[in-house]
Amino acid sequence: MTLLQALFLFLAAVTLGAAIMVVTSPRLVHAALWLVLTLAGIAVVFVLLEANFLAAVQVAIYIGAIAILIIFAVMLTRRVMTDSGPQVNRNWWMAALVALLLFVGLLGLLLQAPQLGQATLQPLTNADAQLEDLGLALVDVDRYVLPFEVASVLLLAALIGAIITARPPDPKEVGE
Amino acid sequence: MGDPFGAIGQWLLDLLTGWGLAPALAAVLLKFLGAAVLGTAVLVLTFFLIWVERKVLARLQDRLGPNRVGPWGIFQTLADALKLVVKEIITPRGVDVVVFYLAPLMAVMSVVSLWAVVPLAPRLIGSDINVGVLYIVGMGAVGTLAIMLAGWSSNNKYALLGAFRSVAQLVSYEVPMVLSLILPTMLAGSMGMVEIVEQQRAVWFVALAPLAALIFFVSSIAEAGKAPFDLLEAESEIVAGYNIEYSGLVFGMFYVAEFLHGFTISALTAVLFLGGWLGPWADQFPLLGFVYFAVKTAVVYFCVIWIRGSLPRFRIDQVNSINWKLITPVALATLAVAAITDKLVPLLGWGRLPLHLAANGLIVVVTLFALRAYARSARRKLDARLDALHRRAQPASSTSGAH
Amino acid sequence: MQDDWVFIAFLLPLGMILPSVAILANRILGPHRPNQAKTETYECGMETVGDTWVQFKVQYYIFALIFVVFAVEAAFLFPWAVAYHRLALYMALEGVLFILILAAGLAYAWRKGALEWV
Repeated sequence: MTLLQALFLFLAAVTLGAAIMVVTSPRLVHAALWLVLTLAGIAVVFVLLEANFLAAVQVAIYIGAIAILIIFAVMLTRRVMTDSGPQVNRNWWMAALVALLLFVGLLGLLLQAPQLGQATLQPLTNADAQLEDLGLALVDVDRYVLPFEVASVLLLAALIGAIITARPPDPKEVGE
Repeated sequence: MGDPFGAIGQWLLDLLTGWGLAPALAAVLLKFLGAAVLGTAVLVLTFFLIWVERKVLARLQDRLGPNRVGPWGIFQTLADALKLVVKEIITPRGVDVVVFYLAPLMAVMSVVSLWAVVPLAPRLIGSDINVGVLYIVGMGAVGTLAIMLAGWSSNNKYALLGAFRSVAQLVSYEVPMVLSLILPTMLAGSMGMVEIVEQQRAVWFVALAPLAALIFFVSSIAEAGKAPFDLLEAESEIVAGYNIEYSGLVFGMFYVAEFLHGFTISALTAVLFLGGWLGPWADQFPLLGFVYFAVKTAVVYFCVIWIRGSLPRFRIDQVNSINWKLITPVALATLAVAAITDKLVPLLGWGRLPLHLAANGLIVVVTLFALRAYARSARRKLDARLDALHRRAQPASSTSGAH
Repeated sequence: MQDDWVFIAFLLPLGMILPSVAILANRILGPHRPNQAKTETYECGMETVGDTWVQFKVQYYIFALIFVVFAVEAAFLFPWAVAYHRLALYMALEGVLFILILAAGLAYAWRKGALEWV
């Protein structure tokens, strides 16, 4: 058991524990905080996998933008700060069954990946060259330029949709 | 004279391995020591910074500033800190205790962690990760989260309202900040801070991308919550905002985080746009490089204080409209134009610097014209409303004899 | 390559521990005399009225949402910027197209009045 493996196991335990707390916390406020811990745990996993860029993006976007968005959404829909709802409803056994099936399916899929059969994996090459290669791949006509541009259109669609849904009321209706 | 930092590091390493530690463990221990020294130094520096800010602000306002406690009032901040230390920490009723006390710790951590990627001198940097710029964005966002938690856990509707406004401002100004950070990355070809400094040997990025430097500077001032964007902690507004319920040194920690943030953004501007530790003979004498870095940071920090002492505070709706209607479009335009311009350099054969300066000048001119058109239309609307008001008032005045 | 992060792994907890030491000192040195008036919520010296609930303007949510969109855009643009010096002109233009599409989104938000502070 190398240091890296031990570190990873500890980290995985923390992340999974925090994830369990997200879904079992009675107060939504606390659930959002446990979510931040889970996301931070995943960022550290990325660091252990030598994916610097993904770790930084995880912290900047997930913790920095999406966690705040979730907290805002919680506050938008809750009357009182200490609001808490029931934790389970009558169909919990069906949800557990679906979750189990999903887990087994994902596990089966992952085990079939060819690299997992090898004893050792090749170490990754220089990180700077990788980042540059990612940038090149995003605009290379033979590789990912179409998904790159489609992603921007998707972001545009999300923005427009959200603005239409959450449009502030007409100024004439607001009694100021 | 050589490399004092490298020499000290090597001496410590030899000392630790001489005591029988494995070299890898000694290196890790050395990093821990470095982190402790950096964290402590940066927090102790804040004492000095608060004094500097008070003195400079005072001189700008034609008064003396603190001058009683110690020579030139140097120990004033220490006296204030001691006063805060002996105050009672009050935990208000109904607060969420864990989150309440976690928030100031997170706020301080987010600012201190930014110093890990700042290159202080040639070969002296805490952590030379190759994604330094994105790391800065991420840790800044953690600070925003800390403010949200502070306002939320205080069980006080004014704290919550102040925290909402605070987070809205911080989140809005991160957009132009991130967009302007893409430019040094583009010009240097890397997100690592050391590489960005190295690539400025030919010409500082402030000359190649002056608008981006300005946008980064302005949006960082807004991120740090300093004037003229300090509506949220102004004493006369919303009763001190998200940190109403905090007392004693717990409040002091928010104060420290805020002041340190102001200095940190000066350091980041100096590194990203002013060449960091670059200067004549900085390579042979790393200590000189550190001096250059300190001088540049101090100059930018002076500008921050200068702006604070000179401009009136913005209203919250002005803060938002400046960001979304002026700074963000200009940032997007700068990014797009710079991306095209840099590729046109070999084609047009002018030279990199003049072409970039010309492109930035073009954006400035277009923005000024747009601002003029906007101001004219706003004035026309205002005149129309005034005319309408006058016309409505006319019939009544004929019988009453009013002027 | 992970040793680059070791320093950060030490600095982050230290950034939280150092202020806790200061707060601990405050706890030790400061008095502890809680009473009814001190622990009440502050509302300019008066009694609090109503629940601690604030009308959450949807404006805040829209700003956070626009920030998410632009942050994801920046996450795509950073690798493009890192590879910039190796790109041909048409590749740089593809990035500019990406920026322009999102600028159009900002313009839409502006026209629809989503950027006003109500």
